[in-house]
Amino acid sequence: MNGELNLFVALPEIIMAVWAMALLMLGVFQGDKSYNQISNLTIVGFIVCAIVMLVNVGGERQVAFGGMFISDAFAVFMKTLVYAGGAVVLLISTTYLKDHKIARFEFPILVMLASLGMLLMISANSLMSLYVGLELQSLSLYVLAAMNRDRTRSTEAGLKYFLLGALSSGMLLYGISLIYGFTGTVDFDVLAQVLKTEGASNIGAVIGIVFMLAGLAFKVSAVPFHMWTPDVYEGSPTPVTAFFAAAPKVAALALFIRVMVGAFPGLMHEWQQIVIFISIASMLVGAFIALVQTNIKRLLAYSSIGHIGYALVGLAAGTQAGVESVLIYIAIYLTMTLGTFASVLTMRRSEGMVENISDLAGLSRNNLPMAVALAIFMFSLAGIPLLAGFWGKWYVFLAAVEAGLWPVALIGLLASVVSAFYYLRVVKIMFFDEPAASFDGNHGRSVSFVIGVSALINSPVSYILLVAPLITAAGWASKALLF
Amino acid sequence: MTIGLGHYLTVAAILFVFGVFGIFLNRKNVIIILMSVELMLLAVNINLVAFSTYLNDLVGQVFAMFVLTVAAAEAAIGLAILVVYFRNRGSIAVEDINQMKG
Repeated sequence: MNGELNLFVALPEIIMAVWAMALLMLGVFQGDKSYNQISNLTIVGFIVCAIVMLVNVGGERQVAFGGMFISDAFAVFMKTLVYAGGAVVLLISTTYLKDHKIARFEFPILVMLASLGMLLMISANSLMSLYVGLELQSLSLYVLAAMNRDRTRSTEAGLKYFLLGALSSGMLLYGISLIYGFTGTVDFDVLAQVLKTEGASNIGAVIGIVFMLAGLAFKVSAVPFHMWTPDVYEGSPTPVTAFFAAAPKVAALALFIRVMVGAFPGLMHEWQQIVIFISIASMLVGAFIALVQTNIKRLLAYSSIGHIGYALVGLAAGTQAGVESVLIYIAIYLTMTLGTFASVLTMRRSEGMVENISDLAGLSRNNLPMAVALAIFMFSLAGIPLLAGFWGKWYVFLAAVEAGLWPVALIGLLASVVSAFYYLRVVKIMFFDEPAASFDGNHGRSVSFVIGVSALINSPVSYILLVAPLITAAGWASKALLF
Repeated sequence: MTIGLGHYLTVAAILFVFGVFGIFLNRKNVIIILMSVELMLLAVNINLVAFSTYLNDLVGQVFAMFVLTVAAAEAAIGLAILVVYFRNRGSIAVEDINQMKG
């Protein structure tokens, strides 16, 4: 096992890295006019890599690079979500970027490199590959946030994200150095064995895990490390925000699960308390602070903080059912959030993009299908029964109750009641307020397509068709982690 | 007195704390924050190399090389973002980074 390169397991990642660099060369020689071509080729790259992963690598547990890189069912499940998130974001961003004159060829390439970092994070099986994957993702995301470099807000978002991201990387790294020093290894499998015998008597490793949790909580934007989220979401160009809310969340959560369940099962009692705390705090902050927001992107930022809180409830349970519920939750969250951001991209008038919730007033009379789709997303985000979002919350809370964490489930339930208020307020504004000026509708066909498909996925139809296969897939993926 | 692992870890911990405090207590200039970030990463490197020698295991030193490389890339990207920010805002004082709040 060790000492072997076994490159074949990492074939999708290798293809993606080479593909991104080839496209970079193409872009350099052809300039910004090649945006469409490069964007399409990037989407093709995502699809090719996904097919190679599903067909050639498969879901059995294989390691490469001397045990630093792992591919198993869990990785395949999470990577599929990352591929989908990246490709959909590229689909919906073209019109916005062209309107704002930032349709530079670097955009799809940066999205692809960030996704490559995410794939490496998901497949990390040692603290070293974890760090390198995480930084590849983060560095690409810092640049993406500052993409609209002539606008103060975008550059400020990039600067804030960079400064706080660098701080969190530092904390994560300090934790990694302590864990390495006090256990003598960076390999997850060996770490799990060492800590199984030593347990909490290894104080240095426990302190290291606390530092690592701080860094990871920042990457999933969980309270108390969420301060950057609203500002970065508001300031970044909307397609970039959509990307932030979708794929990096999936990857960071996958990394969170992989580290906690794969490397530190021996210290479960220690990390469980911290995860319970950050999940409760995230749910409450996501529910209460969002109540006073007027900007829809800020509202969605707090909403995503809350949703990460709900997802972490499943991880806090620390059981296989808990991890399975997190996987179900994050898959459903991905469809909700991509649909919602695609809807935000349609909020455009002749004077440019508008971002206030009040601009949605009376949308049902101007554009009924759009209002219905956005209402479905809001109901789904709120967790109204029969919509997809409800099933995500249901399984998460069920896993928590089964693991004896009923107080956490109860707080989650109360938080989702509070958060239902602001989701339903958006619906009320769309359907019952006096109509504001209508949107111009030049948002492009691919945006409408994404909205339609994700509305369909989130509608009650999904329960019949999609929830059962999703549960099967999540169960298959969560079994790959060693419990 | 022989210099042992504990001394190295203490120096690294002190440097790390300086870095964190430099980020939070500094109200003047973003460049100082970038320097504090570097300080944190170097503290981590001292830790890694000290542990590597103590454990007689090369992984820590390899890790330190990776950290150095990534820190260089991080500084390059941070300064680039800082430059575009300065072009728009005309200032890099920490208290001026306040366009968005709430």
